[in-house]
Amino acid sequence: MRYLARLMQPLESVSGRYGPYGGRYVAETLMPALDELSRAYEECQGDPAFQAELDSLLHHYAGRETPTCLASRLSAEVGMRIWLKREDLCHTGAHKVNNTIGQILLAKRMHKTRIIAETGAGQHGVATATACALMGLPCEVFMGAEDVRRQAPNVQRMELLGAKVHSVTSGSATLKDAMNEALRDWVTNVRTTHYCVGSVAGPHPYPMIVRDFQAVIGRESRVQMLEQAGKLPDAVVACVGGGSNAMGIFAGFIDDAAVRLIGVEAAGDGVATGKHAAPLCAGGVGVLHGAKSYVLQTADGQIVEAHSISAGLDYPGVGPEHAWLKDTGRATYTAVTDDAALDGFQQLCRTEGIIPALETSHAFAYLPTLAKELGPDADVLVCLSGRGDKDLETVIEQLAERG
Amino acid sequence: MGRIADAFENARSENRAALVIYLCAGDPDLNATVELVVAAAESGADIVELGVPFSDPTADGPAIQRAAQRSLRGGTTLAKVLETVRVIRSRTHIPILLFGYYNPILSYGEQKLVDDAAESGADGFLVVNLPPEESAGLRGPAVERGLDFVPLVAPTSDPHRIQQAGEMATSFIYYVSMTGVTGSTATDLASASKRAAALQRELGRPLAIGFGVKTKADVATVSPHADGVVVGSAVVQAIEVAASTDEAVLAVRALVSELAGGLARQ
Repeated sequence: MRYLARLMQPLESVSGRYGPYGGRYVAETLMPALDELSRAYEECQGDPAFQAELDSLLHHYAGRETPTCLASRLSAEVGMRIWLKREDLCHTGAHKVNNTIGQILLAKRMHKTRIIAETGAGQHGVATATACALMGLPCEVFMGAEDVRRQAPNVQRMELLGAKVHSVTSGSATLKDAMNEALRDWVTNVRTTHYCVGSVAGPHPYPMIVRDFQAVIGRESRVQMLEQAGKLPDAVVACVGGGSNAMGIFAGFIDDAAVRLIGVEAAGDGVATGKHAAPLCAGGVGVLHGAKSYVLQTADGQIVEAHSISAGLDYPGVGPEHAWLKDTGRATYTAVTDDAALDGFQQLCRTEGIIPALETSHAFAYLPTLAKELGPDADVLVCLSGRGDKDLETVIEQLAERG
Repeated sequence: MGRIADAFENARSENRAALVIYLCAGDPDLNATVELVVAAAESGADIVELGVPFSDPTADGPAIQRAAQRSLRGGTTLAKVLETVRVIRSRTHIPILLFGYYNPILSYGEQKLVDDAAESGADGFLVVNLPPEESAGLRGPAVERGLDFVPLVAPTSDPHRIQQAGEMATSFIYYVSMTGVTGSTATDLASASKRAAALQRELGRPLAIGFGVKTKADVATVSPHADGVVVGSAVVQAIEVAASTDEAVLAVRALVSELAGGLARQ
């Protein structure tokens, strides 16, 4: 199976635009590096040797393809047929490794000698550190101090894998600030360093590159649904922070007009409280971290802090292609609260014997609502983007508070 | 010709570089900003870059990040910065370049900002994360209204991008001395200055060197070669450590006078 297909519209590679969204809003110092990255990526797409190496690593090292399975007991409880795309079974426990293996291969081609990354939940940091250890490149990861605290196991993993973790204390000390610091490092060390962006966010060509590397999720699961269900799903559901797992699975179904694409953002304490991480549902158009998209901001254009129980969704922006999918109506976006996510988490544990990441739990939390709309004959594919070991402490703490 | 181009012309006629001073609007508060701009103007600054604070200043080092945070905590908005420019204009004619990030501008509305900035007496825009490719929406209206749009050239810019900046510049080009964020320590200011001088000749536009210029000695290194020199973080730090607005004004007077002393060409 080819893991890297050319998905983008021909114009995207030139303009980096998804309708009015995307683009390159970065310091002049970084513009040549983005051009260099675009050229290198284009070369790799046309190079069978690169494709073969990527295919081989994803299969033999990362454990692809991942299964799609029918979640029978969850289906019975929720009231529709629910299929799980098991990205939690990827090496490192989440979909993030699909992208990092691709980008680190790309970085080696570009003769970069140092890798930096930002991370929220730590999954992308772990996946980057993993790919760097595999390919012998030094790795430094920027992580908000707040996330270092609530995702301690992933910090330990990154360090064991040989990465240096920088705890970022500026701003809200979460993912947004980690990305600010990574950009500051990159602008300083741009000649030697590749910035391995972890989501479908950032300046062009990152949203395109990350989407293409993650599109393997959608390609595999489309084939698997046809084999196992004998049909395409009625809807595909994924959680959306920056939006990489969602873009990856959506990519496989975007041309199938009858398949509904649904992204679930983090509503935190509730969208009405203002304490949430749902820019598509409740934000406005703005420019953050190099791209135009939906962001959480004040009336005078200051970015506001996001709030979510899930470190990986705790981000006030979202990938520009999601913004375009929202505006065009091809995908719809909704949001569920921290509380609902915890319910979704517990339900999957109890019914299927799978402990999902808190990020992923948001997708599950939306299923009961969707079941009421679609009815028992619907087939719904959910991207099970990551496993939840890293979240045990948070979950147990929160459940104890609930009493 | 606008006030900014005049300032470069004037400095050239005095056989020196133009001194550009960065101040973060609203740090410590907007009333203080008025006094600080006036103090800089009276102490030898030729141009003021007035920073519009942004929550996520990815091109700035810790000193300017902290200044922006203080300013935002005090309630500074782009609209209030423009009101402040209007007040400054009743006190001094020093050219004022609004300096910042794109999102507050996008949020305000580009055309509306150009109109309001022109009316307030501002002279132009420098937007750190708005490269030429994305700049038409602001640059077009600004140029039409007679306001300057200042492009940047970085050490990584290739000849095509340098040429593009030259074509877009209406008064001067901001030359980033090194790969890094504001307030970093410059590694080789002398080489950067000579490179800037070569680009000035090639492009036929003044270049001002910024990033890593902190002391009178740094200014003296740049001044023989480049048409302008920008000092930001050092000024912001002097304001940060001052105990009161009066003290900050005195500190800025002293620092700017000292920096201006480095402008003389041998």
